[in-house]
Parts: sequence; structure tokens; C-alpha cells
Amino acid sequence: MLLALPMVLSSYLVTVFVLIFFYAYLGQAWNIVGGYAGQLSAGHAAFVGVGAYTAAMLSLSAGLTPWVGMFVGGALSAALGAVIGYLGFRFGLRGFYFVLLTVAFAEMCRIVTNNVEALGGAVGLYITFTGNPRQFQFQDTRAYYYIALGLMVAATVVAAAIERRRFGVYLSAIREDEGAAEAVGVPTLKYKMLAMIVSSFLTGVGGTFYAFYLFSLQPNTVFGIPLSVEIIIRPIVGGAGTLFGPIVGSFILSPLAELARFYFAASGYWAGVHLIVYGLLLVAVVLFFPQGAVPWMKRALGRTQA
Amino acid sequence: MLDVAGLDKHFGGLHAVKGLSFRVGEGEIVGLIGPNGAGKTTVFGLLSGFLHPDAGQVTFHGRSITGLLPHRVNALGLARTFQIVRPFPHLTVLRNVTVGALSRHADPREAARKALAVLEEVGLAAKRDQPAASLTLAERKRLELARALATEPTLLLLDEVMAGLNATETERIVDLVGAINRRGVAVLLIEHVMRAVMSLSQRIVVINYGELIAEGRPEAVASDPRVIEAYLGAAPA
Repeated sequence: MLLALPMVLSSYLVTVFVLIFFYAYLGQAWNIVGGYAGQLSAGHAAFVGVGAYTAAMLSLSAGLTPWVGMFVGGALSAALGAVIGYLGFRFGLRGFYFVLLTVAFAEMCRIVTNNVEALGGAVGLYITFTGNPRQFQFQDTRAYYYIALGLMVAATVVAAAIERRRFGVYLSAIREDEGAAEAVGVPTLKYKMLAMIVSSFLTGVGGTFYAFYLFSLQPNTVFGIPLSVEIIIRPIVGGAGTLFGPIVGSFILSPLAELARFYFAASGYWAGVHLIVYGLLLVAVVLFFPQGAVPWMKRALGRTQA
Repeated sequence: MLDVAGLDKHFGGLHAVKGLSFRVGEGEIVGLIGPNGAGKTTVFGLLSGFLHPDAGQVTFHGRSITGLLPHRVNALGLARTFQIVRPFPHLTVLRNVTVGALSRHADPREAARKALAVLEEVGLAAKRDQPAASLTLAERKRLELARALATEPTLLLLDEVMAGLNATETERIVDLVGAINRRGVAVLLIEHVMRAVMSLSQRIVVINYGELIAEGRPEAVASDPRVIEAYLGAAPA
């Protein structure tokens, strides 16, 4: 059904679906470390940024196709994820302290990029539109639709594979009680590191899509705290640590964000109102279904079946 | 199989464990008793890798396990339970025990089969699909035991698995620990329920203020004046 959809949608609605899929993809990538393993990274924008800048720089200065650059970007993001994870996990930073560490790294990336002229400084990087598929550019926006859909499906397949294996069971034990997990033989440091590396790799790959879909990169948007919040909020609303949470969350929030932007931000006066909507929604989720929409729907369906 | 030599631990100004030495033999049940605050749980922390001793050696099956991380200690066959039970609350009972079984059986389905067998042994199989948070205290104690047992230990450290239970529940745990031991698993038991310790243990180690004050057969230890003094205070002169 999702494959045939672009044939009947207006091009504006196609872009809305691109956003839904892409943020579901980023949310699913975050879900691996933030949801399943319960390690609240609030700086995932750092990985989007590193991935985006890597692919863009390789394309602009070395002519490397983003189809390869995306994996180089993913690898560099994974390396950064490994550094952040090691610092946080090896030295026992938990809860808020881990949150602060991840935010600090994203902010460092933002400030450094802002001040390095070779990376475009505060002005950022601009990618000329050529419409060449080799350059990850397409005349037809439906191509982006299918790529974003493919990314979302791929990340969900990865998450499903993790869930079914020992890896996934161990991550859920770590989320529930790390000390008790250690006591029954779970190498917690190793598995938290693995979760962080897989998550940051996928997020970094997403950075390439971000850069070549928007044609421009600014340090303040691509490394900024608002993007990190966008990444986290969908899986939390949909159900962190559930397979379909990030997707459901994105189907709820991405159109909402788009509507709010469309109606409020256009006038300038109402810019930022979608953030208030996010805030209210988050409060509602915490109050009424703290585990997110997916577990709540499962219970509701279970009740009607019984 | 377990040799503890000169174990020492300070917490700031508190000397919690002082030069403690004892051993647990193959297939033995040893009781570790002492008044509140004697340092029993600290000793468990030191043996299982959760705490690092300031001095001393812990040897298990002939190799030093001093300073190893808890999951490494567990992999070598030494499993512990927690005095204040620590189930994975949102996971099902079966999942809780499967986590333990996964260290020996990497395939989750095989681990779940093994876990179910352990749940049958401790009498929790009927509750396997319930979240652990929904269990009663007595059931949580048995879950704690099942999860440790699923890691297939050769030595089990049980920290007050009977505390807070009524007489029937206590008896069930005593029978269970006896049955586990008959399969060849050695047990080191912290317990305040004296009748249970006395009936289960082949040997008892008594500590007070982190020091060994008596060691021996249950009857001998129970009538030792130093033990009576530690629990009840010195007899008036």
C-alpha cells in the first residue's frame, strides 16, 4: 500500500510522507540505544551532523558519490558514538549525567563546525541541485519517498533482528536493572557499546539523506538541540523500546509538526508554536500512556478481544 | 572450591570487613550469619565482583577472581541473589529467567526452554507470562533464585531468600535449596531465619563487625559463648 501511495498523492503530501518516514527512521535508530537499552542519548543530532557533513564534504571536494559517502559518514558517526559511549558507560554516567554528556558532544560538534571555515563555518554548506541520481538527487520527489521508506524499513528490520536475538534480551535487561543484569552474566558495558555503535551508525547514514534532500547544511540546525529533540520525541510518544513505536510516533507527530509549521510559522508571528504543541503532547503522553502509544494500543486491542 | 583469604574492605572510616578468611567446599552448604550490620552482604558484594576488596584474595575453582567484573564471576559459575530482590519488573517471569539462561545458551529459544525448566523447579511455571512486577514477595524471592540458578552455577550465594516469608513459604525455600544442593550445587547462605540455617547448613561461619568470630558445625556454633555474646550481649559479670 505504501509502495503505491505516491501515485495518487499530491507532491506536497509526498513530502509530508518523506518526513514521516525519515523521522521514523531516525527514531528507530535512536530506539536501539535509547529505547531498548534505555540509555537516554539527547545528542543524536551529532550523528546526523557528522554523517551529513562527511557525505557532503566528500561529494563537494572529492567528487565521491553520496551513495558511498553515506557509509563513510555512518562509520565516522559510529566512531563518535563509540567515544561518547565509552566515556559515558565506562565511567558509569547514568540518567541525567549521560543525557548531559550526549548533549555536550552535540554542542561541541556544533560550535566546532561553526568555526571551521573549511566546513563552511556558520554559513554552512550548499549543494547545487543537478538532479543526477549518482549525486543522490532526483527530479522526481517520489524517489525521495521510496528512499526514506526504504531507510525506515531497513532500520526496523535491524531493530526486529536485535529484538529476536540475545542482543535484544540483554538490552531490555540492562534497561530494567543494570546491576541485576551483570549479576546474571550480562556483559553490560559490551552490549551498551554495541547498541550505541549500531544506533549512531544508522543515524549517521540518515545524515546523508538529510543533506542531499535539503541541499543545505547549517551547523545550528544539523547539530542543534532541536533536531535531537525531534529524533527522541517520536519513539517516546509511540513507545520507546517497542518495534513500531518510532513509526507510530512519527505518523502522529510528523504531520502535526508540518501542520503547525504550515499554519503558524508561515506568518512568522506564530513561529515556534509547534514546539508548544510538542510540549503539550509530551505531557499528555507522560500522564496518560507513559509507555507510549504502541503498548497502550496493544492493551486496548487485547481488551476488546477478550 | 571457594577460598577467601584475608579479605578487607573499608567504606570511608568504617572498617566493614577485617581480614576475613573462610572456605566453601565442593557441594557444601555453608551458612554465613552474624548480627545486623556485621558485614555479611558486603562479603557477598566482594565475592561476586560488585565491590573491590582493599586487600585479600578470593579464589574460585583454583583461580583468582579478585577484582573481576560481576558478569565474569558469574560466567565462572558463581551466582548471587540480592537481599532486596531486583527482578526486571516490566519483563515477564519467563523473560527474567531467560536472561540468566542466555549466558550458557546463546539461542533465545533454547534459553527460554532452559528457563522454563528452572521455573518448574521453583514452582513459578504457571506465572511465566506475567510481568515480574505483579508477583508477591515470596514469588519474587523464588524468581530471584530461579534467575541465578538459570546461569548454571556451581556455587550459589543466597542473600536472605527467606526474609519476610511465612512458615509455609520458608519451608518451600528450605526444601528447594536442599534439592538444588543435592544436584551438586554448593551454597553459601546468609540467613536470619535460624531454624532454616541450622537445618540446611553443614557448616556455619559467624562474623561480627566484619571479623570471623566462630566457625564450625551448627550445634557447636550455636552454643559458642562468643556467638551468644555477639547476638545477645555479654553475660553480666
